Amino acid sequence: MNLSQAGYAFNGIVKREFWRFLQQRSRFISALVRPLLWLLVFAAGFRAALGIAIAPPYETYITYEVYILPGLVGIILLFNGMQSSLSMVYDREMGSMKVLLTSPLPRPFLLISKLVASALISMLQVYAFVAIAACFKITLPLEGYIWLLPSAFLAALLLSALGLLLSSLIKQLENFAGVMNFVVFPMFFLSSALYPLWRMRESSELLYFVCLANPFTHAVELIRFSLYGAANYLALSVTLVTTAVILGAAIVAYESR
Amino acid sequence: MTQPALSVASVSHDYTGKQALNNISFDIQPGQLLALLGPNGAGKSTLFALITRLLKTQNGKIEIFGESLQRSREKTLRNVGVVFQQSTLDLDLTVAQNLAYHAALHGISQRQAKKTIAQELERLDLPDCIDTKIRKLNGGHRRRVEIARALMHQPRLLLLDEATVGLDIDSRALLNQHVRSLCAERHMAVLWTTHLIEEIQPQDQLLLIDKGLSQAYGPCTTVLEQHRCDTLKQLFKQLTGAKQ
Repeated sequence: MNLSQAGYAFNGIVKREFWRFLQQRSRFISALVRPLLWLLVFAAGFRAALGIAIAPPYETYITYEVYILPGLVGIILLFNGMQSSLSMVYDREMGSMKVLLTSPLPRPFLLISKLVASALISMLQVYAFVAIAACFKITLPLEGYIWLLPSAFLAALLLSALGLLLSSLIKQLENFAGVMNFVVFPMFFLSSALYPLWRMRESSELLYFVCLANPFTHAVELIRFSLYGAANYLALSVTLVTTAVILGAAIVAYESR
Repeated sequence: MTQPALSVASVSHDYTGKQALNNISFDIQPGQLLALLGPNGAGKSTLFALITRLLKTQNGKIEIFGESLQRSREKTLRNVGVVFQQSTLDLDLTVAQNLAYHAALHGISQRQAKKTIAQELERLDLPDCIDTKIRKLNGGHRRRVEIARALMHQPRLLLLDEATVGLDIDSRALLNQHVRSLCAERHMAVLWTTHLIEEIQPQDQLLLIDKGLSQAYGPCTTVLEQHRCDTLKQLFKQLTGAKQ
């Protein structure tokens, strides 16, 4: 396979994911409704209950809505990662995965292309979400909208890689409910998406360390810092290393099938 | 004799202790059609999955135009077109989108793909369906789209796994005729997995497997003579004990 053929193949895989995404309007709407409910209903209710002290990257007091915005971007990415996993399992059950697996391309290339396609679709949803949030006066600094692109894309790669790995482990669509209970919810609630980690530490030292070990926490922190033009090198390193490890595991899992 | 399009040598496969294939060997030459016949559970689908590299070869050797499938998966699969028993089309995409996706996976440029899609659909009498979603097509048309897709990258070996399942008599006859014309015109080698005896013709090569074992292999007429059978139905019953 030469470079141009690889380019056509990559382009084809990305296009197919977009075509499918455009066919599933309800998927797009539900991807936005979920975080918007958190932002406009949950956050409004909890604003008074949860005080957010000044902590990096924030330089002034912020509202709870502003605090959870990066976490909600994270949840869009997390759910889209799981959606792409579900879609891979569906493709396998319906047979269309065979088209991909019998193509004359190295499997790692196919999986990485799928991963990038899934991350690009996540980005559409993320920008639609922050645009709607802006309509409700929950805004980011101007440069935040630019920095959101690389940071959310890296986080999307991590969570889509997780989706790929899970799709290699899940044998049937019926088993997918378990992913919500054992992966999505624990990852989301045991992170800094909804509350700062120092708050968690006040309640439980153990839970604090669990949150700290959760790669989703670092993906959210990477996004949070980038929105203010700040770098969080720990979050960046954890996100990159975890993405590489999880993607490697997904490739091994698919190669050994 | 020329280099075989497909060469399967002493291939065995087992699923955690259950032997699905035992020492299967056969060749298909360019321009030949080999009918792989066997009752349900004979091991046909396992063999098909091994040849398409959906399963890893445990024992034996599979070569496509002299290249080892185990050693160079990508290179060998470039020459192979596949139609699976279960439809593998994306139901929510149009015919053109399904074919364009396949073309891209085979490294075909958009411009070339457009041309080839039009040609293949024309050949299969489907030009009006190009922008129709697969979900809206009937079974016969879907099968034809799958054949068109399998041929888009000009393969030299076509693998058909129970490709006529679920089709009416006319569609089956049309498909059968089309595949045979590909053997004659494009000198394409075809492996046709089936359990429908009437799809096999006297000039075809035949491999009959049962319970993972090769029961008969060779030109159809020779196999019938060897086993002193007048019809394939009789041969099938004699070698598998099954009712067709």
